[in-house]
Amino acid sequence: MTSAPAAASSDERVLVSGITRRFLQRPELGAAVGALAVFIFFATITDAFARPSGIANWLDAAAPLGIMAVVVALLMIGGEFDLSAGVMTATAGLVVATLATEYGLNVWLAFAIALVVGLAVGLVNGVVVVRTGLPSFIVTLGMFLVLQGLNLGVTKVITGTVQVRGLDDASGYDSARAVFATTVEIFGADVRVTVFWWIGVTALATYVLLRTRPGNWIFAVGGSATAARSVGVPASRTKIALFMTVSTVAAVVGTMQALRLTSVQANAGIGLEFEFIIAAVIGGCLLTGGFGSAVGAALGALIFGMAKQGIVFAGWDSDWFMLFLGLLLLLATLLNLYVRKRAEVMKR
Amino acid sequence: MTSPPNVDGPTADALLEVREIGKDFGNVTALDGVSMTVRPGTVTCVLGDNGAGKSTLIKILAGAHQHDRGEYLIDGEPVRLTHPREALDRGIATVYQDLALVPLMAIWRNFFLGSEPTKGWGPARRFDVSAAKSTTRAELLAMGIDIRDPEQPVGTLSGGERQSVAIARAVYFGARVLILDEPTSALGVKQAGVVLRYVVMARDRGLGVVFITHNPHHAYPVGDRFLILNRGRSLGDFGKDELDRGELIRLMSGGAELEQLTHELERAPTGDSVGPGTAG
Repeated sequence: MTSAPAAASSDERVLVSGITRRFLQRPELGAAVGALAVFIFFATITDAFARPSGIANWLDAAAPLGIMAVVVALLMIGGEFDLSAGVMTATAGLVVATLATEYGLNVWLAFAIALVVGLAVGLVNGVVVVRTGLPSFIVTLGMFLVLQGLNLGVTKVITGTVQVRGLDDASGYDSARAVFATTVEIFGADVRVTVFWWIGVTALATYVLLRTRPGNWIFAVGGSATAARSVGVPASRTKIALFMTVSTVAAVVGTMQALRLTSVQANAGIGLEFEFIIAAVIGGCLLTGGFGSAVGAALGALIFGMAKQGIVFAGWDSDWFMLFLGLLLLLATLLNLYVRKRAEVMKR
Repeated sequence: MTSPPNVDGPTADALLEVREIGKDFGNVTALDGVSMTVRPGTVTCVLGDNGAGKSTLIKILAGAHQHDRGEYLIDGEPVRLTHPREALDRGIATVYQDLALVPLMAIWRNFFLGSEPTKGWGPARRFDVSAAKSTTRAELLAMGIDIRDPEQPVGTLSGGERQSVAIARAVYFGARVLILDEPTSALGVKQAGVVLRYVVMARDRGLGVVFITHNPHHAYPVGDRFLILNRGRSLGDFGKDELDRGELIRLMSGGAELEQLTHELERAPTGDSVGPGTAG
């Protein structure tokens, strides 16, 4: 309770504690509660879940999804979707693997080219959405199909099969793996470095969102692009930059997966785009834009990883995972609605 | 040049002036032969029914449209604004009905949106959050707006408070002329009163306020001059001493009678004001 010795008129207005309200307004509240509940649930019913090796296991499952969920959350706060992000990870993996194995390029050079591809895909997505005013849902759905076709078609033409393998024989593989896909021993458990990348990306995204000018613009273009434009926010550039961030980070994540598995399937990545969006929504992002958080999206991905591996740990049929996920998504959406209604009711 | 009553050549202290200004959209004349002067520390009300040309006039003033005829002067210098940013740079701020506020964002984030203060250099350049918060609070307080919590989303404010935040923002960012587009039209009686108080507050800070409305009851208490538009033409530009509230209302709602009145006003010099029932 803010106990300012104020006049009666301001007293009546500070009826509800500012701290309570501010807490309820946090977009990541639902995801934090959910993550805790899921953790306690699986830690109680299985022994392995809360052990260091168990934790390393589900963190590993959550990390690539988490990195993507965070940047997808930025885009969603900016009011747009990217359905091509999942397939983009496969495209990048294929670019790296094909260039390194079939054309003998150094893995790092191949990675640089994959980044350029990512930037270009994001640029096309962004420019088309901004210029035409079409829903990003449709524009990126088109990009999704284009990339999916290219992944299969080009891979078949070059390798004659629908996969590229043997990345571990390429030059530069070891150093690239050390940066993107190795494991580090902590408390006797092998923790994948992607987990640290995930934490780093979440921290950086949170900083950008809350403490920089572009962060303010991201909230504004998602909340009301017209209002943002009329006060001089470069709305189009902000949106294009967000699309480019998503597909470029997708290129990094795709490279991480390729380095880890040393082979890439041409049909990989399909369906992942929805996992990114689901994690972001569980983390408190509004589908309509203008509201959400990077930490929330990271927590959403954490819930995802814990549930996926928890079901395995519990020895259940993994078919139940989708049921669990569906219920979780509905619950999260309802909770978001409730939290926002609560926040708005307190307006007087 | 045949000036309407109250524009006597270039006015020294005028912040903004339009002379015989006109605008066509295709073959539709949206505005024709309208003149007005905005001086510091005064409130100029632009009244008219829907389709009277109010929006066209303010869009020209705000740089969103360009005029086809007449002159537009800022500080006595003829201008032709091609972008709203140019108007802003010259200190002409427009608060539109939709307010240009983002409902889901905190008040302080909205207040500095597009002009965020920063600290640090290079990659460490960041949004100066504490300065933004304290400035927002102080500026709103200076305008007599006592917000509870600058963290509050703008969407949770009442309509009048939202208008006030938008006005305070325009004042803070150096507006000399404040154009308010129907700020009271969507508000209840009490809320409208709150906004009118801020209009007066802005005037007392020395701003030239252009207050667009179709409600003479809101215009009369705060206005110093009243420009009345009908079908894109001026029905006259009156000082407050030249007409009382009843006349203003009658002018606003006159219908066919107004046409005759227009002719009469065009002939009559300033002093000979319209007595009630002069028509015919």
